[in-house]
Amino acid sequence: MEYSAKVMDHFMNPRNVGEIEDASGVGTVGNAKCGDIMKVYLQIEDGIIQDAKFKTFGCGAAVATSSMATELVKGKTIQQALEVTNKAVMEALDGLPPVKVHCSCLAEEALHAALWDYAEKNHIVIEGLKKPVNDIDELHHHTEE
Amino acid sequence: MATKIYMDHAATTPVRKEVLEAMLPYFTEYYGNASGIYGIAKESKKAMEKAREQVAAAINAQPSEIYFTAGGSESDNMALRGVAEALKDKGNHIITTKIEHHAILHTCEYLEKHGFRVTYLDVDADGKVRLEDLEAAICPETILISVMFANNEIGTIEPIAEIGKLAHEKGIYLHTDAVQAMGHVPIDVEEMHIDLLSISGHKLGAPKGIGAIYIRKGVRITPLIFGGAQEKKMRAGTENIPGIVGLGKAVELAAAELPETRATLEKMRDRLIHGILEAIPYSKLNGHPTDRLPGNCNISFEFIEGESMLLLLDALGVAASSGSACTSGSLDPSHVLLAIGLPHEKAHGSLRLTLDTDNTEEEIDFILEKLPQIVARLREMSPLYEEVSKQAK
Repeated sequence: MEYSAKVMDHFMNPRNVGEIEDASGVGTVGNAKCGDIMKVYLQIEDGIIQDAKFKTFGCGAAVATSSMATELVKGKTIQQALEVTNKAVMEALDGLPPVKVHCSCLAEEALHAALWDYAEKNHIVIEGLKKPVNDIDELHHHTEE
Repeated sequence: MATKIYMDHAATTPVRKEVLEAMLPYFTEYYGNASGIYGIAKESKKAMEKAREQVAAAINAQPSEIYFTAGGSESDNMALRGVAEALKDKGNHIITTKIEHHAILHTCEYLEKHGFRVTYLDVDADGKVRLEDLEAAICPETILISVMFANNEIGTIEPIAEIGKLAHEKGIYLHTDAVQAMGHVPIDVEEMHIDLLSISGHKLGAPKGIGAIYIRKGVRITPLIFGGAQEKKMRAGTENIPGIVGLGKAVELAAAELPETRATLEKMRDRLIHGILEAIPYSKLNGHPTDRLPGNCNISFEFIEGESMLLLLDALGVAASSGSACTSGSLDPSHVLLAIGLPHEKAHGSLRLTLDTDNTEEEIDFILEKLPQIVARLREMSPLYEEVSKQAK
């Protein structure tokens, strides 16, 4: 298994690491049991994603996809952000090893979870956005097993 | 990044120069098939028998009780499947542990599909088998006990002599996977009541692709590989003479140097372990603090994941390994770390550094300087650490 140069660049020099205070939307997905947790913060003004930050517990691919996903949504409209799929993140990173594809799914889910949080806080409906399922609550669920 | 500091000796070791030199003539000069009756074949045969003596001497066995194989996995497969097959009329129960190498565990799973019953013993928080658990698991159908001599991930050394005593009192064969222990800690098959023992060459300075199995005289076992009459028909296939010569030499060197090597490595290991535990909060040693392989350091760091650590270490030229899922190719972290009771998230954050005599005190200094920075950098990025640091404030 080997990572592309782009994955390594985004792992070694991750963009947008951090938190946004009073963010418009925050989404956390994954669980510590399977070894990946992504938390994405979005600052949304006038329907445009002004800023995006993340914190990630996970492998090289998890960090790189978080970094790339936040890069890809910055400056985008909400509808454009929905087009930042796991496939788009993966392509932007010049691919991922097959066993790491699930990391790119987490990045998409984390973005969606943050947008869902934004929609709920503002009592709006974002067309095409489904309620996130892979939520942090699974962590508590799993550890209670 | 080119590797400058190699600390993954439990994965494999470089071939020792003395070993390579001993092997070289048997590639081009003495290339004869040991089964031949001509001069050059006799050279091969002679070299092979010398290696058999070297291996036997290191574990207090007879040369006739040593059989060469292609490595540790083959020896493990042969011990389990060979004894199970030979003793299937006597019983169908095998006892092993939850922390064995996959060469044992997956062979046991195979045997379970073919009419055998396997008990996988739990271990304590340090990774040790409890004798009372073993005793309780023994039943009239038990034909084999297989407990590793020392664990490859956490380095814990099992109480093999006590296990062997119990096994022999009950008339049950004891196999031990000594792939990690061989050459690093003293082994005496007589004193420890060991009936079968697996050895791998590349963990102690011999090449990959060569190993051996000790089979006590009189032990009933069927071969795994059929064909020619090599190894008294116990293991067919033209013998890997250069590999065998290398294994013999490596074992001989390791046995001669063992007390000194062990003392040196234990000192270096303990400085590394204590240095890391003191410098990095929320870190924990995995495995037994003293009954552990001389070169093994395995530590879990909370809130971070192992592969990320390995990548950052690799960027500094350091080769290490981890029990995280991302390095195992599955979604589950190491079965050994789970067996000693680590929750998944802590098992994901484990780092294994395994030392040998080619490591230096300067390299230990380098790790003690850089590792805290790496852990801090990853924690800074971790949403789990964020929660903890907020609670602390």
